[in-house]
Amino acid sequence: MTQTIVSSATKEVRIGFDQPFVMIGERINPTGRKLLAAEMKAGDYSRVERDTLAQVAAGAQMLDVNAGIPLADEPKILAETIQLVQSITDVPLSIDSSVIEALEAGLSVYQGRALVNSTTAEEEVMERVLPLVKKYDAAVVAISNDETGISEDPDVRFEIAKRIVERAADYGIKAEDVVVDPLVMPIGAINRAGKDVFHLVRRLREELKVNTTCGASNIGFGLPNRHAINNAFLPMIAAAGMTSAILNPLHEGLVPAIKAADVLNGVDPHCTNWIHTFRAPPAENDGEGRGGRRRGRRRA
Amino acid sequence: MSDDEIVLRELSDDDLVEQMKDDLYDGMADEVLEGTKILLERGWDANQVLSDALVEGMRIVGVDFRDGILFVPEVLQCAHAMKGGMGILRPILSATENSAKIGKYVIGTVKGDIHDIGKNLVGMMLEGAGFEVIDIGINNPVENYLAAIDEHEPTVLGMSALLTTTMPYMGVVIEEFDKRGILKELPIMVGGAPLNQEFADAINATAYGRDAARSAELAKALVGRNH
Repeated sequence: MTQTIVSSATKEVRIGFDQPFVMIGERINPTGRKLLAAEMKAGDYSRVERDTLAQVAAGAQMLDVNAGIPLADEPKILAETIQLVQSITDVPLSIDSSVIEALEAGLSVYQGRALVNSTTAEEEVMERVLPLVKKYDAAVVAISNDETGISEDPDVRFEIAKRIVERAADYGIKAEDVVVDPLVMPIGAINRAGKDVFHLVRRLREELKVNTTCGASNIGFGLPNRHAINNAFLPMIAAAGMTSAILNPLHEGLVPAIKAADVLNGVDPHCTNWIHTFRAPPAENDGEGRGGRRRGRRRA
Repeated sequence: MSDDEIVLRELSDDDLVEQMKDDLYDGMADEVLEGTKILLERGWDANQVLSDALVEGMRIVGVDFRDGILFVPEVLQCAHAMKGGMGILRPILSATENSAKIGKYVIGTVKGDIHDIGKNLVGMMLEGAGFEVIDIGINNPVENYLAAIDEHEPTVLGMSALLTTTMPYMGVVIEEFDKRGILKELPIMVGGAPLNQEFADAINATAYGRDAARSAELAKALVGRNH
């Protein structure tokens, strides 16, 4: 069973075929967030702090950290953000940048085993990102496009993903440490985008045997009530075999939808996670039952 | 009454134009195509069909898109319907000098960047606004922009980037335009998810298009003729 292991100094998370779907919180990203961008640029990380705690409280098992701010010192800001986030939470991080210097700065301060987000199949990008992934013994997100663009044909995107996995192997990076992003296109602009990506994820899982992730929040771009599209999309793509996604866990209904998908996909044994999340607090009883209180023995 | 089938040929010119704008709004390609043909048969000038029916119809679409009343898949269908009418008008328009087109717009994604959904949306809105749009695609080095300027002599040029790594290249292109004296004559618009006004100002862009509808409005303002 394919497993990608990422970690912080004290906590390990497994992305895998037999694991619960890993929710990677997307909020620490200044793209399109004017206020956050201005604050991060000025060295004010108070909003990052709030976003970190809120996302983890909402159920995110990992957080994506991006510091892509126009005309700012991205390597410095990314490194500082990572240090701050790691000082207040123990969930592992995905280090998100298209600037190689920023990735390196982030990796150099990161404690644990990070997920590097990302490389594409563009030769220039792979040549720079993959050695870094190897050097820091990280895992890497592989986006299935190359110099020629994003193919609308899912089978072409499969071949591109395969090329990245093979190139990673040349650098000594195992296939299980490559998490493929099959690219989720806005369904409002490309009507086959859902169907095609389900097909592609199945192939990636069955033939290439890799873990997968995606930026989930774009699927509903340009549509009203786009969060409802997301909430339906994630359980569906989990059923097609996707094992993680970068998403906003604060959106209403999303986390329960994914936890329900875990139950239904058979990756929540005995429905333990589900029950622990949703069991109603015990009512006062007549003392006959335990009322949910834990006594005595703890699990080792 | 509303259940009765509307027969376009039976409508007066004014009613037909109104109906075409409605049909355009509803993305009814066949009907817009037929309306275009009828107006031409009735002796309308191709320029007038374009400006009164198609461009005016798309202007209304643009307003409602901007205001969140219409959504991307609907606007795509509107654009498709407009394309149908344009297919008939284009050969007539290009045969005559006096085009109602408000300007030529060269648009392309910059070098290193292969994203095009946003750019395509902007291009579509620009066509709807009455521009002749020349889309030079993705991954364009400065040479491609220069070649497109030579070949097409645009009135506005737009660049798109979706990555923080590729957006600085817009500055490189604009610097090159400046060196060659192009910047004085040609307004340059920039857009894309990671951009902001501050960045656009810093690289000396003429205007920053926050979204597709806004970009079309800005472009119209830049060519100085509001339709």
